[in-house]
Amino acid sequence: MAADIISTVEFNHTGELLATGDKGGRVVIFQREQESKNQVHRRGEYNVYSTFQSHEPEFDYLKSLEIEEKINKIRWLPQQNAAYFLLSTNDKTVKLWKVSERDKRPEGYNLKDEEGRLRDPATITTLRVPVLRPMDLMVEATPRRVFANAHTYHINSISVNSDYETYMSADDLRINLWNFEITNQSFNIVDIKPANMEELTEVITAAEFHPHHCNTFVYSSSKGTIRLCDMRASALCDRHTKFFEEPEDPSNRSFFSEIISSISDVKFSHSGRYIMTRDYLTVKVWDLNMENRPIETYQVHDYLRSKLCSLYENDCIFDKFECVWNGSDSVIMTGSYNNFFRMFDRNTKRDVTLEASRENSKPRAILKPRKVCVGGKRRKDEISVDSLDFSKKILHTAWHPSENIIAVAATNNLYIFQDKVN
Amino acid sequence: MLSKGLKRKREEEEEKEEGLSVDSWWLDQSHPAVSQTPPAAASSSLFDLSVLKLHHSLRQSEPDLRHLVLVVNTLRRIQASMEPATALPPVPTPPTAPSVADSLLASSDAGLSASMASLLEDLNHIEDLNQVPEPQADEGPPGRSVGGVPANLGALDLLGPATGCLLDDGLEGLFEDIDTSMYDSELWVPASEGLKPGPENGLAKEQTPELDEAELDYLMDVLVGTQALERPPGPGR
Repeated sequence: MAADIISTVEFNHTGELLATGDKGGRVVIFQREQESKNQVHRRGEYNVYSTFQSHEPEFDYLKSLEIEEKINKIRWLPQQNAAYFLLSTNDKTVKLWKVSERDKRPEGYNLKDEEGRLRDPATITTLRVPVLRPMDLMVEATPRRVFANAHTYHINSISVNSDYETYMSADDLRINLWNFEITNQSFNIVDIKPANMEELTEVITAAEFHPHHCNTFVYSSSKGTIRLCDMRASALCDRHTKFFEEPEDPSNRSFFSEIISSISDVKFSHSGRYIMTRDYLTVKVWDLNMENRPIETYQVHDYLRSKLCSLYENDCIFDKFECVWNGSDSVIMTGSYNNFFRMFDRNTKRDVTLEASRENSKPRAILKPRKVCVGGKRRKDEISVDSLDFSKKILHTAWHPSENIIAVAATNNLYIFQDKVN
Repeated sequence: MLSKGLKRKREEEEEKEEGLSVDSWWLDQSHPAVSQTPPAAASSSLFDLSVLKLHHSLRQSEPDLRHLVLVVNTLRRIQASMEPATALPPVPTPPTAPSVADSLLASSDAGLSASMASLLEDLNHIEDLNQVPEPQADEGPPGRSVGGVPANLGALDLLGPATGCLLDDGLEGLFEDIDTSMYDSELWVPASEGLKPGPENGLAKEQTPELDEAELDYLMDVLVGTQALERPPGPGR
């Protein structure tokens, strides 16, 4: 079912919870099982914890068009009490959801009976104090805030600030800053809309706050550039503090140069010292102190470089892949086609291609590295470029904040892989 | 399979488009013969493809801005690389159509740029309808208020989804539902003499032969109501 296509995956800050959003506007949260001595085999499995409908399709009567309910992004807030909070967004509206547990219920009311029906006051002869009794655990999700009507264009990113009081939402041309408590207004902090739309040549593709400095954020563009902005400099951050761009390689220039340079995701490292960007063919790591080129470039699927024309025709060239850091910033991961995903070890410079598919992996089996054959004789386990299935794309992945557990979304299936238990 | 389903039949290609001497294998750049492809022919095919994509993108009720911008920029890049003397491949139009569309489409690259610019300009209407107040960055929280009276709704109704696509079946599509008595209005002063079929004009067409862009702009303004015709308001207006 198309509505089940997973559109975002995100671990919370402890890794205890894993949230997915789908095209049908639903959010499914998985919780990691507590380890127990009795069930060593089920160490750390993720099971469904809560499911709720976050967004519904809406109809904009002014423009006569339907607003998709697809969840574009989910971001967790750090946990501050017993409840969990997350932000989820579709193209136009951001919502703050509270997910909480209920394991007790009051019993022994005076004025109503156990079914909740009002009792005839004439029958009440004694007064009692209601007591709380245990009940089966119930997890309920309630919408606490709705942040609407602030985006003319499609929201592509949300990012929670390290002050935990504000967050930002970015669409194609603007970025807004919100306070969690205030839903009827937001600050506009970036606006790249030209005075005349006919002058439009560039859009915002992703944005994120610095993990520690609450005044700093970055946003990427369709032209392959990244701007770092400091909100202390001015209220409207139209002038960047830093501008990251790599000069075009003349030997690789083609009609599609701009499209493949368009950045589909930008992520700060956990340390806050680096940013990682994903464009169509590569993942790049940038040092915040060096603007003129990335410090590392990793080829995700360079064998597609000679196929760009076909990929342009079938629109695959516009696919937006995400990228993630592991907890120690030593390994980066991103998806590809044919349900392949790639991991790059920044220290050893080794990389691996793995596949997320039911046929190739049984529970608790070890994933086998895969290889794409680019020419010449194809070896037994290799797959040739022309056999790749471009409808099976891994756009969304997530990495546990501290352990080697990864979540990979393959169309409407979620795969969770972990390091093997010793 | 990457190549399956993407190749057009060779015979169709050759029938439809003169001047393109290659068949569909230009799509697969790994094909050894691609290096022998005349660059102009490949550019022209890519150009057509990009125009189709632009078309398709603008047909959406709410175009994906990123996709649109990337396609337009790619189109400009291809256009710039094509030789200036290269004529645009003729878009098939019904034989009885007025020459308005033809004159626009057969024009130079500059004309195409103007067309693309005006297509993007239509996107300005998206902002108008949303009625979101422009931010006052220096004056504290600007705020985004909800609702508001839609402006220019009539414009969008008339033009349909933000296309006004000149590259589509010319301008006839826009004029189909419009009272053509406007053409006869004596109060509408045409900017050029081409509108009045004079004795020196040998064309047998009933419609005005060639409108230049200034006249089109004026006509559009009248249609969307930004310029009022000087006639007394009817009852119930």
